[in-house]
Amino acid sequence: MSVPAAAGTRTATTDPPVPSPRKARAPKLPWVLLVPTFVILGIITAYPVVRLVIMSFQEYTAAQLYGTPAEWIGFDNYVEVLTDPEFHGVILRSLGLMIVCVVLTMVLGTLVALLMMRLGKGMRTMVSVGLLLAWGMPALTATIVWGWIVDPNGILNYLLSVITGDDWSGHSWLANPISFLAVAAVIIVWGAVPFVCFTMYAGLTQIPGEVLEAAQLDGAGKVKTFRLIQIPFVTSIIAVLVVLSVIWDLRVFAQIYALQGMGGVAAENSTIGVYIYQTAFSSANYGLASAMGVILTIALMAISYVYIRRTVKEEGL
Amino acid sequence: MSSTMTSPAPAKGASQESAASAARRSRTGTKRRVGNVGWGLVALVVFVFSVFPFYWMLNTSLQPARNTMGSSPSFFPTEFTLRAFDTAINEPNPAVFSTALQNSLIVTFMTLVACLVVGFMAALAVARFTFKGRRTFIISILVVQMLPAEAMFVSLYRILDSWQLTNTFFGLALAYVGGVLPFTIWTLRGFVAGVPADLEEAAMIDGCSRGKAFWKVTFPLLAPGLVSTGIFAFLQAWNEFVLALVVMTRPENVTLPVWLRYFQQATRGTDWSALMAGSVLMSIPVLIFFLIVQGRMTGGLVSGAVKG
Repeated sequence: MSVPAAAGTRTATTDPPVPSPRKARAPKLPWVLLVPTFVILGIITAYPVVRLVIMSFQEYTAAQLYGTPAEWIGFDNYVEVLTDPEFHGVILRSLGLMIVCVVLTMVLGTLVALLMMRLGKGMRTMVSVGLLLAWGMPALTATIVWGWIVDPNGILNYLLSVITGDDWSGHSWLANPISFLAVAAVIIVWGAVPFVCFTMYAGLTQIPGEVLEAAQLDGAGKVKTFRLIQIPFVTSIIAVLVVLSVIWDLRVFAQIYALQGMGGVAAENSTIGVYIYQTAFSSANYGLASAMGVILTIALMAISYVYIRRTVKEEGL
Repeated sequence: MSSTMTSPAPAKGASQESAASAARRSRTGTKRRVGNVGWGLVALVVFVFSVFPFYWMLNTSLQPARNTMGSSPSFFPTEFTLRAFDTAINEPNPAVFSTALQNSLIVTFMTLVACLVVGFMAALAVARFTFKGRRTFIISILVVQMLPAEAMFVSLYRILDSWQLTNTFFGLALAYVGGVLPFTIWTLRGFVAGVPADLEEAAMIDGCSRGKAFWKVTFPLLAPGLVSTGIFAFLQAWNEFVLALVVMTRPENVTLPVWLRYFQQATRGTDWSALMAGSVLMSIPVLIFFLIVQGRMTGGLVSGAVKG
């Protein structure tokens, strides 16, 4: 299975985005080609962003859905959101979950990538296939399957009973917010490690063999080689992976939402995306939800800035 | 499995090693082989942990639910039956599943075609032409890609609703296209830039018209890129369920992910075998297509970084 290699080669071949020298011949053509994109993104991205900002300054609840004009209320929604203890809990929970998931994903992804480098071809293929299956599973079905594994009558409790000798059957992992989030973290990390692992593997295998041999000749041990040669070589990969993981894990939605459908008290374990959804569609408070949406968007844009700037620079735009 | 000096296959290779070659090895060689067996075991643990949910889904779907729960779960489908699939497809009545499948296929197909056509045009524009605003356009595509859909649901739903586009395939597909298009443009741009414009120009010198040169020379070279980008759009639309839940409120309009969820709630005291069978039905096409494209997709996201 030439998975990571394929990832590496494609990027190498598509490398030089050299525009052809055609500008003089058809100055209008590129804009014509871009029209459909502008129309679609205008309708489905730009306009919703504008609407989101407007609604966040309005009293917009169920009444407005039936025609009552929306009233401008300035920053009231923001004040309400930012002083709401429940929202504080949601933010802390989202950040905590994100940090745990990002750290675990990065560490495990890197370790498995290093592991893959030591394995023979057969074993490496086996690990790759396993990772691909985990990566390819849709988040929704993955969550449902994990929910079945940790079900009170599920296989996890059975295995724990066998291993510890105590009776775990009937123990609900989703009832307690901490263990609910732990289950969510396992599902998220399980699904996220393959991408990190393959990308790290692609990066690590690009380190020239001579460099590693030289380090060995100079008497560097495995740990030292890793710390002083391999890590610095892949710093930019790590940076991108961390930023992407932070963004993805802050935006986590499907896993939390689907897991809440299987147990647990939603009010105690919502993360920001799910909380926005609940505020809008369960409590029908669109104005409040919009204010949260604006806050989330600004936060994510700030984090994305690093990624975007880096990509723009490295792509030579 | 053959084992060589340079990369001994762990586990198996160790036991099959001939005495002669073993004797040639120094003490460190022995140590390394013990180490390799250790790494092999770690690899096995990683493999089992990665695959277990998938395996457990299959295992549960292929036998009666009672066999996989409680005090003595069966790790293999000893009492093999496809009844769970029958339940998933035919209950409460066969129309439910087939309608959801049909809806999913329609929305997915619309998303895929729109993304490829529109994305390809935009990719051509930015990869083949230099024009004022090109850089700004590419950067805005990157920015748009980072906008959190979770924040946009609220206003997007209000907009679709006010245009009477809720409960329409067009409305849902439009929302999906908005979400997938930036990534499509970004990826296709890489593929288009990868085909040298010189090839096309050479064909033109040989007497082809510009359009013909493009269709005969450049387009075939782009086919793999179009396939994998198309599959990516397919996966996104096929898996998405929150917008589907919000936009498609009528039972006859639900897509497969919503069907799966609602089916899980409908069966109180969940019928896990049927639910797993439903999950298998939803995941299998995804996994097949995913395996086809994933190698190309990894590159798209971290292209800048992997170059080192």
